[in-house]
Amino acid sequence: MQLARVKGNVVATIKNSTLQGRKLMVIQPLDGNLKASGKPLVAVDSVGAGAGELVFWCRGKEASFPFATSSPESREVPTDCTIIGIVDSEAHVKAIGATGGKA
Amino acid sequence: MILGRVLGNVVATQKNARYGEARIMLVQPVNPDGTPRGASVLALDSVDAGEGDLVIVVQEGWSASTASTGEAGAAIDSAIVGVVDFIENHS
Repeated sequence: MQLARVKGNVVATIKNSTLQGRKLMVIQPLDGNLKASGKPLVAVDSVGAGAGELVFWCRGKEASFPFATSSPESREVPTDCTIIGIVDSEAHVKAIGATGGKA
Repeated sequence: MILGRVLGNVVATQKNARYGEARIMLVQPVNPDGTPRGASVLALDSVDAGEGDLVIVVQEGWSASTASTGEAGAAIDSAIVGVVDFIENHS
């Protein structure tokens, strides 16, 4: 998982049917100092995140797990990047990130 | 697995329910000599690691999910699975 800033929404009318009703966001991955790290990504939201919020996201197949249901006819949501949580305190992340692992 | 230094824990009230009470740690990947390498990542703790600890982080979903929550299938791609005592370098 990695920290990221939500930059905005992506609107796509034509999309895979399993993505219908899902919120797509543009996120900028961040390092511990809250500096941009890598390229912006499109993420599916699973927690109700909004633009400007500090969030964390999950990569890979695991990104589809929040949308899994027990129903046998359910299909997996095709995503490799999903917002999993919203960080409570940005100040706290800044404080611990500033140590940079040089301790 | 990779080596990392624990920077601290990140608190999130609004998060995936499967995370439960597991702590979300901010980890700076490091080289075997302890120098930082690349951007810091988040990993769930499964071994009670603390700030400043040198740890082993697994970055594969099934392993990370079972190690930190006891069950596979959670949206977890990374977990701390060990605290390093020391590294013997024979090279």
